[in-house]
Formats: sequence, structure tokens, C-alpha cells
Amino acid sequence: MADLQIDNLKEEYKYGFTSDIDTETIAKGLNEDVVRLISAKKGEPQFMLDFRLKAFRHWQTLEQPKWAHLNIPKIDFQDIIYYAAPKKADKLASLDEVDPEVRKTFDKLGIPLDEQKALSNVAVDAVLDSTSVRTTFRKTLSEKGIIFCPISEAIQEYPELVQKYLGKVVPYTDNFYAALNSAVFSDGSFVYIPKGVRCPMELSTYFRINAMKTGQFERTLIVADDDSYVSYLEGCTAPMRDENQLHAAIVEIITENRAEVKYSTVQNWYPGDKNGNGGIYNFVTKRALCRGERSKVSWTQVETGSAITWKYPSCVLKGDGSVGEFYSVAVTNNYQQADTGTKMIHLGRNTRSTIISKGISAGRSQNAYRGLVRVAENADDARNYSQCDSLLIGDKCGAHTFPYSDIHNPTAVVEHEASTSKISEEQLFYCNQRGISTEEAVGLIVNGYARDVLNKLPMEFAMEAQKLLQVTLEGSVG
Amino acid sequence: MLSIKNLHAEIDGKEILRGINLEIKAGETHAIMGPNGSGKSTLSAVLAGNPMYNVTAGEVTFNGKNLLEMTPDKRANEGIFLSFQYPTEIPGVSMTNFMRAAVNSKRKYQGLEPLSATDFLKLMKEKRQIVELDSKLASRSVNAGFSGGEKKRNEVFQMAMLNPSLRILDETDSGLDIDALRVVAEGVTALKTKENATVVITHYQRLLDYIVPDYIHILYHGRIVMTGGKELALDLEKRGYDWIKEQFKD
Repeated sequence: MADLQIDNLKEEYKYGFTSDIDTETIAKGLNEDVVRLISAKKGEPQFMLDFRLKAFRHWQTLEQPKWAHLNIPKIDFQDIIYYAAPKKADKLASLDEVDPEVRKTFDKLGIPLDEQKALSNVAVDAVLDSTSVRTTFRKTLSEKGIIFCPISEAIQEYPELVQKYLGKVVPYTDNFYAALNSAVFSDGSFVYIPKGVRCPMELSTYFRINAMKTGQFERTLIVADDDSYVSYLEGCTAPMRDENQLHAAIVEIITENRAEVKYSTVQNWYPGDKNGNGGIYNFVTKRALCRGERSKVSWTQVETGSAITWKYPSCVLKGDGSVGEFYSVAVTNNYQQADTGTKMIHLGRNTRSTIISKGISAGRSQNAYRGLVRVAENADDARNYSQCDSLLIGDKCGAHTFPYSDIHNPTAVVEHEASTSKISEEQLFYCNQRGISTEEAVGLIVNGYARDVLNKLPMEFAMEAQKLLQVTLEGSVG
Repeated sequence: MLSIKNLHAEIDGKEILRGINLEIKAGETHAIMGPNGSGKSTLSAVLAGNPMYNVTAGEVTFNGKNLLEMTPDKRANEGIFLSFQYPTEIPGVSMTNFMRAAVNSKRKYQGLEPLSATDFLKLMKEKRQIVELDSKLASRSVNAGFSGGEKKRNEVFQMAMLNPSLRILDETDSGLDIDALRVVAEGVTALKTKENATVVITHYQRLLDYIVPDYIHILYHGRIVMTGGKELALDLEKRGYDWIKEQFKD
């Protein structure tokens, strides 16, 4: 046996269960009435409905983008349910305001909604299908003036803040999926960190798709005012189904003077089975505007799930001396496809950006890094360092790198390094000869390869991510 | 300990081993010598279970168990250690993490709890000294950027960590200067016990000055054509292999 053999995932997708939750859904399909209905269900003010309708009308003029290195089967946007929410049980005591079945679901996912049981330093906003079901530690946070709540509530309670920032980083005209999301988004998280406040705990949102035939369109908005700091983490899972489900999200981040936001993602949507049936289509627009001077945004992502990923968390470095970072590990196995990377747009002077991308492809998967570094005319002394590495497991997968640079200022220093390597038979045999099994050897090599990125994750999640990498690749070498 | 009967093996359809017979008992040291291409390295690779080679006939038992049906990692955990002629580089994996995985795999195989971080680091420190290996080693990636001498010392260091019962040294002397050769060979000798056995594959007499064999086997065209005591090596040093080639030509 000279060739590495490609086998199926031995361990089943751990989060593939379905919960029997009494769910209210609307009829499938998308038209202006559906947009109005979603807005009405949320009891939104007029400005939101106007925003949605403008977005919807614009979306109707657009086509799905085709430039990515992805083979996307035709999506019938009229065959998707755009709103599904657990039915609210009759009035329950405050601590128990969550439906027991919903609570059980999140317990099973390892995300207790009970503050007593939760990690004491992580506040969670739990989003199920189209609504947020619970946000923990809100009181503790509000004592510091921090707002952490479902965006649907923020629209009600802080309309001036939402109106000021929503759609300012990712306008609805940005792209096809952004326009769609702007028209139909139903929930997500809203974070506001006031001036001079260092958020005392990790904030996180956990997204769960449960209902069938449903798309999830969440929207997150994080605003960090002058001299503030927050570390935010998002996680996501979905049941195993033969059908493909659509997830089209938007995340917007705004940092004012000297503010810093760390945004980490562990993306583990259902990837489909070993033959490429089912799985989530993950089409996400994430962008940060470093508006203030010397502000900083750092994106860290560990992407292991989804059948198709289309995602480019980016930074617009507008404030002088602002800093953007992108650290990514993207793993694809079996028939998964990923086209992911970042854009670093240098507008201010002395702006700096760092890109570390580690792609890992196994099975028959396709994994592409796509990145843009742009230095505008006035961005004197901008610096960028990019490193894009690809690791191949087996010989039926593909790794691709598409780095673009667009430099309009002669003082810019832009560096790019790239490498492609393969886990070789010799390396595996060497590990085997020391008593290490092939599975464990792959885990050891992959975690070693991804270490620079995993180190950027908050401690609590680094271990989890390490295990996830190993599980995702289990059985990829025979 | 090890019993090889009529072992045949091939690579890419080409037969390399053509009927090896060999018995090795605990406490013994066997040297395997022979001209280039005679099958010495193939024999060590086949014993370790390298998947590049196909065993086409014969049997090998190790402590009474059928070795040939074990996966390479199982063979290692049963006590077979191969010191590679060309140790493989594994960038990104630190020696500490690598050794920890190896040591704990073996412990798990033996039904023991994994070593605590403190105990493990203590063990690393102790064993490193046997081959005078740099303390910076721990944070470096496995064999990556190691000099030829460091790689060989690293092999013997790993041997010390894993304490195998059968130690196979595949041309451990190649690429070593005389001082490094002494350090490596003394390390191997220091780790010798009555319970373990050693197979030394080499071209030259000089390694056998340090690791004194009980038997010397001459491998030619995939067969052991001659077996003798340590004086056979001196003979070969003087006369070369031509007389063997002449005597045993097909």
C-alpha cells in the first residue's frame, strides 16, 4: 500500500442530533410580504422595515457571485423558510423562561444556559434558528455599562445606536448574500462596550440551526468605543440532514480610538456526509472598520464544518496607526469546499496588518485561500505581512492560493510567503515506529502545523479546537 | 526473542529479501554487514513494518507472537525500535510533544496511566544526557534542521526514552564524525541489558569497536551467506566484499 487511502469519517458528527422543539415557522419562499412579516414579528420600528425593503429590492437585482473557487449547486431561494422560532411557552418564572427542550438542546451542545453551570468568565447569547433564546450574565455586564443582547432587542431598546451603526461597515449593497441577510435577518447579537471599559469576560454567541428547510440569517454588530476592549467568540452547529441548509450571516465590527476587539470563530456546521450529501452552505460577510486611531481588530477562525464555505473576515484600517489581524485554520475533508481568506484595506497612515492562513485539505475536498491587501494613496508607511500555508493529506484533494495586492502608495511594505506541504508516508511511518497510531500522528502533525493560529484562541477554546481538528480528519488516512 | 524463518520481501515487485533465517536471543548483539544493495536496510524496514515493502513468504515471531500481522505502531509498542538511517523531519511538531505521544502510547498499550508533565520532563532531561543532546532540543521540531550528528543522537535519545527490547540500528554510523560516533555508540552500549537485544547494521568495522557483536552475519543478494564471530569484521575490513561476491554469485 504505497498510497494514502481515503476513508470516511469514523467518528460521526457529534452535534448532528435534532431536537423536538415546538417551532413556529412561516411559509417558505421570499417576497416583500415575507420581509414585512419578519419585521412585524419582531415588532420593529419603521427605519428597520425601510432598511429591509431597500435591501430586498436591491437583492432582486443581483445574482449569486461566481468568482470563488467553488462549485455551488443551484439554490432555490423560494424553497427556503426564512423564519423559524421556538414557540414561547406560557409565562414561566424568570430563570426558567427558556423552554426546557431548548435548554436541553444547549446542554447537549455543552452550552449551559444556566449562569450557575456556565463557565464563570464566558457570557453566552444562544441563538436557535431565527431567534435568540437566552443571553447569560447580562446583568453583570450591564453594571459596567456593557450592552450584550439579541440584536432584535437592541433594535427595540437602543434604536439610535443600531441606526447609527447598522449597515455602516457592510452596506446592503455590498454583495448578494449581504443584501439577502439585510432583508431577512432575524437575530444575532449586539455588543456595545462603552468608553474606557475592558469587558471582564469573554462574550460569545452560539448559533444552532434546528428546524428543517430553514435558512439562518443572523446579524451581529459589535461597537467598541474609545479605549475599550472585548474578546468575542462564536460557535455553531447544525443537525445532520440530507438537504443542504443555507446560512448567510453578517458580522460588523466598529472600533473607535484605541479600542480593541478580538473576534474568534470555531465554525463546526454540519459538513455533509462522506459522499457529499447534505451540509450547510456557509456564505458569510464579516468585516471590521477600525475607525479610530490605533484601534485594533483581530479575527481568528477555525473552520472545520460546512459543505461550502464562502467567507472573508476583513479589516478596513481607516484610523491612523490601526491594526488588523487575520489568523485562520480551515480544514476540509471528504467533499467539503472552502474559499476563505481576508481583505486588509489600508486607508490610514502607519496602519499594519498580519495574515496567517493555514489550509488543510483531505479526502476529495477543495480548499482555497483568497486574500486582498490594498494600500490606498494616502496610507503612508503601511505594512502587511501575509503567510499562507497549505497542507495536503492524500492525493485527491486540492489546495489553492489566490493572493491579490493592490498598492497605491510607494512607502508600503508588503510581504507574502506561501508554502505547500504534504503529510508524507515517511512521516507517518516514523511516528508509527515510535508507537504512535496513524490517527494520532495526523492529529499531532496537523496541530503542530496549526499551532500559530490555535495559540491565538482564548484558552478555553484552544483545547476544544485542537480536538475538533483531529476529529474532523479522523479516517482521512488509511 | 526474535525468530525469522525463510523471509522473502519485495518493493515495487522487485524481490530484495530472498529467504532470511535468523534467531536472536535476549542479551545478544548481532551485526549485519554486507555490500551495498544486499538487503540490510530492507530487513530492518520489514521488521519495523514499513508499508513500502511487501512480505511475500516466511514467518517472523517476536516473543512468541506473529510479528508480520501487527501494525507498525503495535510492533513498536511490543518493543521493537528502529534507529533510522535517515530520520524523518516533522516540521511543526516539537520533540517534547512527539516524545510525549510516543511514551504515552506505549504506556497506554501496557495499561499504564500517562506520565504527568513533570515526570515526563524529568525523564527527558535524564535521558538526554546519555547522548549529550542539547536542552534546546525540546522546543525544536522533530529532526527539522538537525545536523547529521544531532539526528543520530536524537535517535538514540528516543531509544533511551522508549526502552525497547529489540533495538535495530540501521547504519547509525553513517554521516558521523569520530567523536559523534563514540557518543552515539557509547549511548547504545550504556543502554544494553540482559533483557534487550541489538541488531547493528553497518558497513564498517569502526562502529563494532564500540558496540561489540556476539555474531556477525553477512548479507548478500537477500540471503545470509556467512555467520561468524567479531573477528569476521576485521577480515572484511582487510579483504573487502569481493571474495564473498565471487563465492556466492548467482
